[in-house]
Amino acid sequence: MTTETPLQTTPEVGGMGHSVKRKEDPRFIRGQGEYIDDLVLPGMLWLDIVRSPYAHATIQGIDSSEALKVPGVLAVVTGKDLEGYGLHWMPTLAGDKQMVLPTDTVMYQSQDVAAVVATSRYAAADGVAAVLVDYEPLEVIVDPFKALGDGAMVLRPDRAPDKQTNRIWHWESGDKDKADAAMASAEVHIEEDIYIPRIHVASIETCGCVADWDPVRQQLTLHMTSQAPHAIRTVLALVAAGAGLPITEQNIRVKTHDIGGGFGGKVPVYPGYVLAVAASFLIGKPVKWIEDRSENLQADSFARDYHIHAEMSATKAGKITGLKVRTIADHGYSDAAADPSKFPAGLFNVITGSYDFPNAFVEVDGVYTNKPPGGVAYRCSFRVTEAVHAIERMVDILAHDIGKDPAQLRMENFIQPEQFPYATPTGWSYDSGNYPAALQKAMDTIDYAGLRKEQAEKRARGELMGIGISSFTEIVGAGPSHDFDILGLKMFDSCEIRVHPTGKVLARIGVQTQGQGHETTFAQIIAEELGFPVGDIKIEYGDTDTAPYGLGTYASRSTPVAGAATAVAARKIKEKARHLAAHLLEASADDLEWTNGRWSVKGSPDRFKTIQDIAFAAYTNHPAGMEAGLEAVDYYDPPNLTFPFGSYICVVDIDKGTGEVKVRRFVAIDDCGNIINPMIVDGQIHGGLTMGFAPALYEQITYDDNGNNLTGTFMDYLLPTAIETPAWETGKTVTPSPHHPIGAKGVGESATVGAPPAIANAVVDALWHLGVRNIDIPITPQKVWAILHEKGIS
Amino acid sequence: MMTKHVSMTVNGEPKEADVEPRLLLVHLLRDVFELTGTHIGCDTSNCGACTVHVNGQSAKSCTMLAVQADGASIRTIEGMADGATLHPLQQAFWDQHGLQCGFCTPGMIMQAAWLLDQNADPTEEEIRAGISGNLCRCTGYVNIVKSIQQAAGALAERGAAPVDGLAVAAG
Repeated sequence: MTTETPLQTTPEVGGMGHSVKRKEDPRFIRGQGEYIDDLVLPGMLWLDIVRSPYAHATIQGIDSSEALKVPGVLAVVTGKDLEGYGLHWMPTLAGDKQMVLPTDTVMYQSQDVAAVVATSRYAAADGVAAVLVDYEPLEVIVDPFKALGDGAMVLRPDRAPDKQTNRIWHWESGDKDKADAAMASAEVHIEEDIYIPRIHVASIETCGCVADWDPVRQQLTLHMTSQAPHAIRTVLALVAAGAGLPITEQNIRVKTHDIGGGFGGKVPVYPGYVLAVAASFLIGKPVKWIEDRSENLQADSFARDYHIHAEMSATKAGKITGLKVRTIADHGYSDAAADPSKFPAGLFNVITGSYDFPNAFVEVDGVYTNKPPGGVAYRCSFRVTEAVHAIERMVDILAHDIGKDPAQLRMENFIQPEQFPYATPTGWSYDSGNYPAALQKAMDTIDYAGLRKEQAEKRARGELMGIGISSFTEIVGAGPSHDFDILGLKMFDSCEIRVHPTGKVLARIGVQTQGQGHETTFAQIIAEELGFPVGDIKIEYGDTDTAPYGLGTYASRSTPVAGAATAVAARKIKEKARHLAAHLLEASADDLEWTNGRWSVKGSPDRFKTIQDIAFAAYTNHPAGMEAGLEAVDYYDPPNLTFPFGSYICVVDIDKGTGEVKVRRFVAIDDCGNIINPMIVDGQIHGGLTMGFAPALYEQITYDDNGNNLTGTFMDYLLPTAIETPAWETGKTVTPSPHHPIGAKGVGESATVGAPPAIANAVVDALWHLGVRNIDIPITPQKVWAILHEKGIS
Repeated sequence: MMTKHVSMTVNGEPKEADVEPRLLLVHLLRDVFELTGTHIGCDTSNCGACTVHVNGQSAKSCTMLAVQADGASIRTIEGMADGATLHPLQQAFWDQHGLQCGFCTPGMIMQAAWLLDQNADPTEEEIRAGISGNLCRCTGYVNIVKSIQQAAGALAERGAAPVDGLAVAAG
């Protein structure tokens, strides 16, 4: 086991393993970033949206007359207006469809009902307030189990005749017969209902765009907050073609500018983007749409909302023998998830986790309800968080049930290092791992034995202290083209590198940064491969006119896929440089060797050409028969996914009077393979841990029986502040991915995936002796206090 | 439309405008004065992305009307650096990786400057409490705390106030 990525370059070059300070930061710390709402174009108009107060209602009429009298209001656009262009519906990334604006029925509270275009931000808001909509409320279904019940109202009668049910799809994976047999013959059989609630990514920047249709040039430029600009461009082109509009893909430019956090929430296409495009197309002027926070929390896509029933079998000695999981997935009124098309429940069947299961069976039903579209990520790769939470809770319950230490039970059931590549019973091939090493390091770091001793002493005194472990395995880097596509677009990614004559580099990537630091880390990959100092390398992204095609940044896929493309493109340049060097050195290319940014003659290290010498020669002195220039592009199709992992240990103290859970310590040992920038990796883990801590203790989007969102502002939807957030302790093991060109695995989401069960396990560990088996997240003081009160403790 | 004339000093420069009485200070700064470093992240005064200094005091500029700032001295993130020389807080956020997407950063830096003006040598707990009105979704606050600690040290070393004139103006 290693804990560091070996350094191959000097700090001046700044390749892999160096904590290079971020190249993007100077503009951000000066307030010179360019976020979407900072953009002002000449003649620009503002668009604001009328939203439904009802979760389910028919629209009897929309009266725009008063709104049109408001000074500055130019137009009110309704679903009926869009219907004339075939633009009232749009496809979702999951292959379902979603209203842009309704023509007759609203399906969730805060759904877009009409758009007001005006000459200023305030006039547009005045116009929204003046639009009168006559609603006739309908029965509301918020409970997915009721939606599946006999005689339930069909929420989506627009679907095909054989799909007149609220079940969107049924998906299964693994071997049901084997899992059933394991459950039937088990020495120990446990089962549990685990609900992973609906949550919202709530990036501090909301969504927005400026749509700019130039009717003379027939050019649409869409400046927008998107994690996947190329896919958006293609979807726009397809929708425009379907509607017979003269907007074709070569004349569509999507630009993302700086993005204030994504976390999955900026992958989908929301009606507001389409409305701005439609308004700009109709009016011929740029149109800006910026969400308010309340709109963002109430109408944008949600994550999770998985009702899981898990069963696990084991021997009395604690050897796990089988897993069976049934899940109801609440998708709201439309399946607007961004899952790869072959995986309607995402990669949820990675639920066997870090353990050597002989069998497993997983089934998921997607369900429609009267809620906003759900099923996007919350900083995780396609349902892996739900899977990890369920398996890590179940393993802990098993340990407690049979009276075995949870760490020991994990050690005894881990997939062992020599078993990699490891084939899971649901069909995945884990690339590499050393699970015992990560857990052991976490235990050593936090003094696990000492904590257990302290816990026993405290319990004897009646104090409530818990220790929770999570030993997670992630599945990221989607993905290999034989299995992975979104709307048919294969999930490769790309990089184009141009080396200029003076030895400076411009590289463009098919992925996007929403804060991850790609301008720095992708430069470090090139610095590592070619020896150019990181300061001489400029990284561009987020402009579909210039960047090569890629599927975007989500699901921790930037480093696994576009990072690989960057390394491979750099290697193509290195190979051409070898032939250029051979020409300059009058040597055979076969006689050259590469060290530290130069090609030299084997055995004659004084005879060399630096990569900078070679770059100049590529434009000034290239040999006959060779193309001038020094450029390369790579579209990388990963042979497999990558499987980052880690072990987290959390210590909590519970206030018996208030039920408040205080995270006293949290040690996170992560293994994301080779590390490009340790400082940035740590930053990603800090942030990921906080976005795991948040849903574990605070965040949940809740609805009443009428479908009213009860948590639609930051007053009610509680993001952790610096006060609650623990001082995270991080550490690493390094197990490179064997199939990735630089051995990296991706890290942006590991901690969000791994943290919640560590916290939940710690709380249950503190309360197990009182008869508590499970508490669904978020573990609020109210929930804990109610339990303590019932047990006569509080 | 009724308007009111307001004048104020922004980052040391006199500014004036005719504004609707309902115009928020943050919109005056962003949309009229084109100082877009001050951001908007919520509509309930929870996130602090819009934090600026008004007469030497930290204020959430989405919670003030522009007319309330008539005659005031305002400082925004654009007024923190001295030309090419970064303010110690800006330098520290860069050095300590105290930002990721950068959207909360200007408000966080302005709040931290106010905090250090009130307490030149804060404990970690005091720092965490002092920035608890500013939400960050990316960093988990760990490196923001480190950044503020570094800046506190740098300011103490050179014996300077966090923001020139801030304490004076507050008085």
